[in-house]
Amino acid sequence: MMLEVEKINVYYGAIHALSDLSFGVNEGEIVALIGANGAGKSTSLKTISGLLHPRDGSIRFLEEEISQTSAEEVVRKGIIHVPEGRKIFAPLTVLENLEMGAFLQTDKGQIECDMRNVFERFPRLKERQNQPGGTLSGGEQQMLAIARGLMSHPKLMLLDEPSMGLAPVLVEQIFEIIREINKQGTSILLVEQNAKMALSIADRAYVLETGNIVLQGNAREVMENPSVIQAYLGG
Amino acid sequence: MERKNQNPIIQWIVKTKILGILFFVVIGAFVIYALGQALTNNPSLFLQQVVNGLQLGFVYALIALGYTMIYGIVRLINFAHGDVFMVGAFTSFFTISRFNLHLWFQNLFPSFPAMPAQIIGAITVVLASMAICALLAFTIEKIAYKPLREAPRISALITAIGISFFLEYFGALNFVFTPNYITYKRPFEVKSWFIGPSGFGTIESGVTSPSNSIIFSNIFVIIVLASLSLLLVLQYIVKRTKIGKAMRAVAYDKPTARLMGINSDAVISITFALGAALAGAAGVLYAIAYPQVYFTMGIIPGMKAFVAAVVGGIGSIPGAFIGALIMGQAETLSAAYISTPMRDAIAFSLLVIVLLIRPKGIMGEIASEKV
Ligand SMILES: Nc1ncnc2c1ncn2[C@@H]1O[C@H](COP(=O)(O)OP(=O)(O)OP(=O)(O)O)[C@@H](O)[C@H]1O
Ligand SMILES: [Mg+2]
Repeated sequence: MMLEVEKINVYYGAIHALSDLSFGVNEGEIVALIGANGAGKSTSLKTISGLLHPRDGSIRFLEEEISQTSAEEVVRKGIIHVPEGRKIFAPLTVLENLEMGAFLQTDKGQIECDMRNVFERFPRLKERQNQPGGTLSGGEQQMLAIARGLMSHPKLMLLDEPSMGLAPVLVEQIFEIIREINKQGTSILLVEQNAKMALSIADRAYVLETGNIVLQGNAREVMENPSVIQAYLGG
Repeated sequence: MERKNQNPIIQWIVKTKILGILFFVVIGAFVIYALGQALTNNPSLFLQQVVNGLQLGFVYALIALGYTMIYGIVRLINFAHGDVFMVGAFTSFFTISRFNLHLWFQNLFPSFPAMPAQIIGAITVVLASMAICALLAFTIEKIAYKPLREAPRISALITAIGISFFLEYFGALNFVFTPNYITYKRPFEVKSWFIGPSGFGTIESGVTSPSNSIIFSNIFVIIVLASLSLLLVLQYIVKRTKIGKAMRAVAYDKPTARLMGINSDAVISITFALGAALAGAAGVLYAIAYPQVYFTMGIIPGMKAFVAAVVGGIGSIPGAFIGALIMGQAETLSAAYISTPMRDAIAFSLLVIVLLIRPKGIMGEIASEKV
């Protein structure tokens, strides 16, 4: 496995947010992580990306233990976390936001080339490149957040609710983009409220409930599971 | 719950804050009138005060920039900043009086023209103080503030006050800076010029300058040029360089900046060092202008620069600069036209007035971002 999370326990002070949680992502996969509000989806991603550290358990990325590695170092190893709520640097321009995404890249020519590719994929961002990020619409900000993540050449991308607050057309578009990114070789761990969409593009899925995996399997199986239909697919 | 007053006139008065605005308009009009009077009655006296105020304001600006940058990135009022300024002044005192650092270039190349050699010497003195202050702030940040990064903000604030006292009273020890007022030796000779209706000329020692003219010195020119060029360098760093962009990213949202691979601790250290370097330069310029150094010399300029940063909108770099220029003018003009002992009181009441009208300061929009 590319990413292997094994029996991690994560706390916020006294709150036990993740208990003995295990899951994984294989090279080239899209894996969906679904669950209700407060289940611990964002906490899982923050723990992988190094913003939080588990009290015990292990996280291995490409055979290397990263559970106590700092967030900056995790990026260097090839994991990028596109956080919930986009978290665009509002006072920085679109271009500067992208430059921050490429913070650890040192090859100037490569950065320029990446920038061109990103603008090709997201023409709207090119039009707005000198505008402060905070002035973009919600959909544009989500595009920018993903684009910024791509600037670091990730091997694995963690996406936290990319469809949040977007109109259905835009949701379709975002999921199409995620699929394309995956086709070009980036593995994806996708956290979503929109379980239907997430399961439709995922290879495998995990269902998280109060810090525990309650169900896992390939996406189709999960989609057809009666309790999932009941709880997440509005059946 | 209190009963709401239904009278539409009173409601309107409350809603538009008309009384407060009126009050400040009246005060503002009076101040403008009084300044206009002062200008027409005795233009040279007035303009002389403006020149003096600019000299002070440009020094305050350098200190205020550090306050505002550090606040912007870690939301800390660094009360030790004024003492870093003091250390900058003392560093130059030692480099000049003990090591003759200001003469190194002349000594090395005796045939070089004197004037540029002097300038190179003076710049070296300033750079040395900047480097020492940067190192000092870097160390303070690592030892005192970094361990408190996740602690409540008040802890870091109290620590800053502690550091401030430490620098002052460690400095007061006899084998450090001593508790005495020490005369400062300037790295160059003072030259003064007059400009006015009777023309422009050099002021020779022992000769009174023509009346109705404004006097300014090479110190004034140096302070203005140094302060402006440091501001431009800072503005370039913050706006154009990768590290400057990272500073703004960390200031806005530290966790997300870390998710980009930005080492936020390193960025914060660099910000402290940069702010302190500016305070160090200010310390040298201040000591050159008012040639006396002592261990508590940082307190009042530090306070004034802090007020300037708040008046300008803490967190905003142009704001700090504007606030500092206003503080400089307020101080010299009130000393000249109201009363010298009152000047600090008046300068500080400016803080109250500006904050009443614009709680975030003059350029304070940016400070409204969430923490
Ligand atoms: N900073 C924090 N301090 C204390 N508790 C927290 C903190 N962040 C999250 N929690 C708690 O941890 C649990 C998991 O939160 P998390 O944000 O991971 O949920 P989530 O699955 O992402 O939910 P959502 O779908 O609403 O985003 C929740 O009970 C939450 O209240
Ligand atoms: Mg979440």
